[in-house]
Amino acid sequence: MATNAEIESQIKAREYKAGFVTNIESETLPPGLDEDVVRFISAKKGEPEWLTEWRLKAYREWLTMTEPDWAHIGYPKIDYQDISYYSAPKSMDDKPKSLDEVDPELLAVYDKLGIPLHEQMALAGVAVDAVFDSVSVATTFRDKLEEAGVIFMPISEAVHEYPELIKKYMGSVVPQRDNYFAALNSAVFSDGSFVYIPKGVRCPMELSTYFRINEAMTGQFERTLIVADEGSYVSYLEGCTAPMRDENQLHAAVVELVALDGAEIKYSTVQNWYPGDENGKGGIYNFVTKRAVAHTNAKVSWTQVETGSAVTWKYPSCVLKGDNSIGEFYSVALTNNYQQADTGTKMIHMGKNTKSTIISKGISAGKSQNAYRGLVRMGPMAEGARNFTQCDSLLLGDKCGAHTFPYIESKHPSAVVEHEATTSTVSDDQLFLCQQRGIDTEKAVSMIVNGFCKEVFKELPMEFAVEAGKLLEISLEGSVG
Amino acid sequence: MIEIKDLKASVEEKDILKGLNLNIGPGEVHAIMGPNGAGKSTLGNVLAGREGYEVTGGSATLNGKDILDLDPEERAREGLFLAFQYPVEIPGVSNLEFLKASVDAVREQQGKPALDSVQFLKLAREKCKAVNLDQSFLKRGVNEGFSGGEKKRNELMQMMLLEPSLCILDETDSGLDIDALQVVAEGVNAMRDANRSFIVVTHYQRLLDYIVPDYVHVLANGRIVKSGGKELALELEEKGYGWLENGNDNGAE
Repeated sequence: MATNAEIESQIKAREYKAGFVTNIESETLPPGLDEDVVRFISAKKGEPEWLTEWRLKAYREWLTMTEPDWAHIGYPKIDYQDISYYSAPKSMDDKPKSLDEVDPELLAVYDKLGIPLHEQMALAGVAVDAVFDSVSVATTFRDKLEEAGVIFMPISEAVHEYPELIKKYMGSVVPQRDNYFAALNSAVFSDGSFVYIPKGVRCPMELSTYFRINEAMTGQFERTLIVADEGSYVSYLEGCTAPMRDENQLHAAVVELVALDGAEIKYSTVQNWYPGDENGKGGIYNFVTKRAVAHTNAKVSWTQVETGSAVTWKYPSCVLKGDNSIGEFYSVALTNNYQQADTGTKMIHMGKNTKSTIISKGISAGKSQNAYRGLVRMGPMAEGARNFTQCDSLLLGDKCGAHTFPYIESKHPSAVVEHEATTSTVSDDQLFLCQQRGIDTEKAVSMIVNGFCKEVFKELPMEFAVEAGKLLEISLEGSVG
Repeated sequence: MIEIKDLKASVEEKDILKGLNLNIGPGEVHAIMGPNGAGKSTLGNVLAGREGYEVTGGSATLNGKDILDLDPEERAREGLFLAFQYPVEIPGVSNLEFLKASVDAVREQQGKPALDSVQFLKLAREKCKAVNLDQSFLKRGVNEGFSGGEKKRNELMQMMLLEPSLCILDETDSGLDIDALQVVAEGVNAMRDANRSFIVVTHYQRLLDYIVPDYVHVLANGRIVKSGGKELALELEEKGYGWLENGNDNGAE
C-alpha cells in the first residue's frame, strides 16, 4: 500500500506532466484539412521527419480516394473541411469544478452502471485534485507491467521511445491507403495506445483504457497498435463502459494487432458513444478499421459489444497468415431509435489448417437498422481451413430492420465453410408469460436480450460482461411500449 | 377471495363474456366447464390482463382490490396466478433466472425480504423435487425443448414458488397423459389450503377425478348457465352441454 505522502507526490508528478502537455496543446486549429494541417499536427507532437512524411503520404492517398457508400447506412454528407483536426483536450481550468456542474442525466446513467463516485468524476472530466484509487491503481499497475517487460503507453510517446517498433509495425496491418477512413486517420491521428508483449510473456493483467480515462477522451482519430511477440499472451479491453458525451461528429479510429508465431491476443470492446436522441438527432459517426494478422499457430479473438453511435461502420478482421492460426469474432450489436449499424468481420484464411469462428448477435429496436456484413475467404493455399459462422438477429417491435450480408469465397477444395443464420422476435406471448409471473416488460425484454447475447458475453472478462448486460438494459429503455 | 360481477369482455370487437358472475371464497376450488368457444379461456386471460382482451363492463375484485385497471404484472404480484394451457418457450433465459426474477418481484410487492441466490437455489431445488422435475431443468431455457408434461410441471413449480392466493388453471389437462396429469393434480392438491382458491378451467370431467372441486359451473355463451356441486361434472359427462346451451338461449329471450 502506498502511503498518503507517496500518493501525493505521485499526483504532483502527474500534475506537472499534465501541465506540460497543456502547455503545448492549448491551441485549437480552425476547421479545414490540407498538408499544412498535417504538418502542424506532426510538429505539435514533435514527431520525427519519417512520421511527418508517413502522415503526408496518407493524406495524399486520401485525396485520391472516395468515401465508401456500399454499407447499409445513410447519413448526411460529411464536410471534411468543416472539421477541426487538432483540438487540445480541455485544460483543467475549463473543466467542471464539481459534479454539480455536470449534466444530471449523464450522472444518472453512471449511477445505473454502478460506477464509483470518484470514477464518475474522472469520466465527467471534473477537475479533482486527487483521484486516490485510480492513481494508486495506475502506479502499481505500471510497476507490475515493467517487471514483466510489457510496454503499454500512448502511441505518441512510443514514437519517441520505441521508434523502431513503431516504424516496423505501424501500417503493417492496415496500410495508409487501406480505405478512405483509415487513410484519413493515418494523416491526422491524434493519439492512442501502443502495446508490446515480449517473447513468451503472459501479460500479468488485462490491459485496459479504463485506467487511462483522460486519454480515452482525447481524440476522434485514435490509433492503437498491439504487437504480441512469439508465444506471448495479452488481453486488451477497449473503451469506457460509461457513455461519453462527445461533441465530435466523426470518429475514425484504426486498430492494428500483430500476433507473431504462437502468440494470442484477445481484444474486447464495449463501444458506447453517444447514439443521438430518440428522434435521431446528434450522435457519433463511428467509422473504424480494425484488423489483426495472425502468424503461425497464433490466435486472435475479437469480442465487441456495440450499443452506441448514430452510425457504426466497423469490421474487425483477421488475416490468418500463418499455418494453424485461429481467428474469432464475437459480436453483439444493438441499435435503438434511429441508430444504424453495419458491422461484421472478415476472416482471410491464407495458411493451412487455419480456423475461424464468427458469432454475431444483432438486436434491433425502435426505428433502427442493423446489418451484419461478413467475408470469409479461403485462399488458394488454405488447405484444410475451416470456418463456422452463426449470425442471429433479434427484432424488437415492427419498425426496425435486420439485414445479413455474408460473403463467402473459397479457392481451396478442402476448405469447409459453414453458415447458420436465424431471425427471431420477442413475442407478445413471451412478454405476457413474464408479466403474469410479476416481471415487468422492461425487465423481461432485458432478460430475453441478455439471454440472446449469452454466447458472446461469456467471451468477455467477468466485470465487463456484467457491465455489458447493464448497458444493454439502459440502451433498450423505452424501446418496448 | 375473488368477486366477479357482471363481467363483459370482447376480443377483436367480438363479445365473448356477456355478464359473468362468480364468487369464490378462500380455500374453495371452482371448476369451470363448458363447450368449446364458450369463453372459458377468455375468463382466465381477462382476469390476468392479457393484451387484446378488452373489458367492456363489470368488475373483478381480488382480496378487496379492483384488479381490472392494474397491469398484468401488478395483478400477478397481488397474488393472481394463471397456469397456461400451452406455456411458451423463452430460449436463452435460464429457468432459474426467470424464476428468481419472478419471485423477487412478487416478494417485493408483498414486503418480504429478497432471497439471495443461495437461498433461492435451495428453494428452487426443493420445488423441482416436489414436482418431479430433474434439477437440470433449472439451467435450461424457460420451457425450451420441454415436453408437454414437463412444461406443466414447470408451471406448477412456479405456482409453488409464488404461493398465489388465486390460481387459475387454464385447461391444464390438455396434452397430458394420465401419469403427468396425476403429478400435476397431486401438486395442486398439496397446495390447497384455507387461504388459497382455485379456478380450474377444463373441457373434460377427467381432471376433476383428481382435483375434486367444491363447485362446478357451466359457462356457455359468455355466462354461467348452471352451477352445482361436484356431481354436476358427472352429469355433464353423461349428457353433454347441448341441453344447457339451449336452455340458456331460451332463458335469455
